[in-house]
Amino acid sequence: MPVLDAEQPDNNDMINFEETELRLGLPGGSAIDHGHGELTLKGTGAKRGFSETASVDLKLNLSSTNDSASASASASASVSPSSLSSDNTTTVAPPPPATDPAKPPAKAQVVGWPPVRSFRKNIVSVQKNNNEEGGGGAAFVKVSMDGAPYLRKVDIKLYKSYQELSDALAKMFSSFTIGKCGSQGVKDFMNETKLIDLLNGSDYVPTYEDKDGDWMLVGDVPWEMFVESCKRLRIMKGSEAIGLAPRAVEKYKNRS
Amino acid sequence: MNYFPDEVIEHIFDYVLSHRDRNALSLVCKSWYRIERCTRQRVFIGNCYSITPERLIQRFPGLKSLTLKGKPHFADFSLVPYGWGGFVSPWIEALAKSRVGLEELRLKRMVVSDESLELLSRSFTHFKSLVLVSCEGFTTDGLAAIAANCRFLRELDLQENEVEDHKGQWLSCFPDSCTSLVSLNFACLKGEVSLGALERLVARSPNLKSLKLNRSVPLDALQRIMMRAPQLADLGIGSFAHDPESEAYIKLKNTILKCKSITSLSGFLEAAPHCLEAIYPICSNLTSLNMSYAAGIQGSDLIKLIRHCVKLQRLWIMDCIGDKGLSVVAMTCKDLQELRVFPSVHLGNPAAVTEEGLVAISKGCPKLHSLLYFCHQMTNAGLIEVAKNCPNFIRFRLCILDATKPDPDTMQPLDEGFGAIVQSCRRLRRLSLSGQLTDQVFLYIGMYAEKLEMLSIAFAGESDKGMVYVLNGCKKLRKLEIRDCPFGNMALLTDVGKYETMRSLWMSSCEVTVGACKLLAKKMPRLNVEIFNENEQEDCSLEDGQKVEKMYLYRTLAGKRKDAPEYVWTL
Repeated sequence: MPVLDAEQPDNNDMINFEETELRLGLPGGSAIDHGHGELTLKGTGAKRGFSETASVDLKLNLSSTNDSASASASASASVSPSSLSSDNTTTVAPPPPATDPAKPPAKAQVVGWPPVRSFRKNIVSVQKNNNEEGGGGAAFVKVSMDGAPYLRKVDIKLYKSYQELSDALAKMFSSFTIGKCGSQGVKDFMNETKLIDLLNGSDYVPTYEDKDGDWMLVGDVPWEMFVESCKRLRIMKGSEAIGLAPRAVEKYKNRS
Repeated sequence: MNYFPDEVIEHIFDYVLSHRDRNALSLVCKSWYRIERCTRQRVFIGNCYSITPERLIQRFPGLKSLTLKGKPHFADFSLVPYGWGGFVSPWIEALAKSRVGLEELRLKRMVVSDESLELLSRSFTHFKSLVLVSCEGFTTDGLAAIAANCRFLRELDLQENEVEDHKGQWLSCFPDSCTSLVSLNFACLKGEVSLGALERLVARSPNLKSLKLNRSVPLDALQRIMMRAPQLADLGIGSFAHDPESEAYIKLKNTILKCKSITSLSGFLEAAPHCLEAIYPICSNLTSLNMSYAAGIQGSDLIKLIRHCVKLQRLWIMDCIGDKGLSVVAMTCKDLQELRVFPSVHLGNPAAVTEEGLVAISKGCPKLHSLLYFCHQMTNAGLIEVAKNCPNFIRFRLCILDATKPDPDTMQPLDEGFGAIVQSCRRLRRLSLSGQLTDQVFLYIGMYAEKLEMLSIAFAGESDKGMVYVLNGCKKLRKLEIRDCPFGNMALLTDVGKYETMRSLWMSSCEVTVGACKLLAKKMPRLNVEIFNENEQEDCSLEDGQKVEKMYLYRTLAGKRKDAPEYVWTL
């Protein structure tokens, strides 16, 4: 067993002092950020009462997506004397936080909290950025089917054509389809003559939400373009999808 | 005193290996001290400033393996400014000048230069093993020197170091005659390596048991490497992303089937979820799995993977596995001994595990003894249950991401929960606290944590009493690190002799003043009391009444160190 092991957690030192309303340090001194998480104080001064820091809400959740649920949960938990289990020797009466009441309670970003090694934090966020750049990585989109009790997620980059995707979706939702049409209906969406039957009937039709937030019928654009623009899939009941396929309806009408 | 000739005693001492036991032997009598020091081969120095290299070499001329630790632990979290210290060069220089036949050097949180690595590589003909953990200051040029000059190198293990990559071909510097490698870990390197050189190196290393690749090694190269090293027991995968229908991927799947000896898997520095199924066939052999760097893998894929890992003893994972995923771990990994759950908050994910996951683990994995758990919340009830289910904890480190969060069910502090842990886990050696905590938890720790050696405290406590409980109660305490707690001079000075029984004390953003530190330094000459003064004002002088932002003190026989930067004031 090696004596040294990389056991310690890593560092998350995303400090952005412009945003931070909270000054962790001696009161009367303001913190200057030197960019590497180093905190220096302009002036030292009066005794810092722990009561002040205790009463201040250290909302140390550092998630950049606004996890408002957890943020508000911790917001309500500002320390008050009653919540401290006291053995009657110390009662801390926290004065109100020394922040400007007009400013919203900021998500304080504290040096070295959570205690995660910067090496770990950097490695992992580099990976995430690479994944998000699109070149590699997956493109998971939510798939909902009308009437199904829960949604699924699918990596549309795994497939090379609409046919492959529809096969996969059919498999995924085969247990949920109601009625005689079932997965057969989904498979047939590419067939335009059948399309109108689908739209008129109770069959299911795959639709997707694109980058602009519009709901489109699956199948109109080339596959690669679809993968790039698809954000969400919804397998709609045919009767509801009528409004989505004016072009198809046109084509059909023109043919017959 | 001795009824046996020296040779007999030496022979007996050969069986005594642990540092503590050997230290104990050396205290018995002068004769044993002499015999022990001459036969001692492995030395562990927990603080590189506690003794001078010369003194060490003088005492242990037969030294073969040296372990050194440098910066304080909180340096990992950017609390120690740049340039503080922990330089290895005086050690390597002193060893090189001496007649010590160094074979193994293990460094943690130290500053290592290329010059030092070069000197190391040229000075010790039988040098076998270099392990660097969380170090910095060197480049791939230094690694090239090690590769080129250490003819009998068995182990080069680089863990989480900051290495400047000079894009040279350091890996190609291993000569063709080097066939002795047992362990090679370059996962932390950012740059590319010559894949051809890597494959040839693996091919000529029949004893290679542990190989950890960096991100630049693609999947097809991995496949070729695994073909050449079916004897591998410990594999760190670099890049694991490929089109599942490609020939390379299919080849890899087949190759993996042949690698029945792999018991430890890590890395996945770049991973696509659909590739994970290639690993399923060997999962049932795994005793150790580290997926904590695999940012692209979702909880559901982790769960699918873990269902196959029935023999797992060590698991490092990210919190995206969720409480439900931890239930699966609890059901599947009955032999689990060590669990680490890392946060993915900085990836924009909401914190994903709570007391539920931990309680599930404790119910399913009674052998659990080491825990590092970053979570969204924790309850007293949860901790009490965990304490009941797992009395064998040696290391218990809990980090609630909102550092002062109380029990969300009762809005009480977590004193009772942690109290239950220390009361139940009599073998506890390391403890990290978080959440809302009063002085009460420290009373419990002082009362019950008899074997506690390392304690990490942040944003906790109400008064000096908390720290005093710990200093008075924990007889085995070696390292105490405190940040942002209301502990002040009274606590610091309550038992100054205590600090000579400990390795070190760190206090930052507490209530301690300069005057008290000065007093302590005066009373205890065998302590170095360092204050970090990061104030930019040139004319600043330390007034006694001033609060100390960061203080680090440690026992030492070496006196005040000479390599401290300007901002470090040794009182």
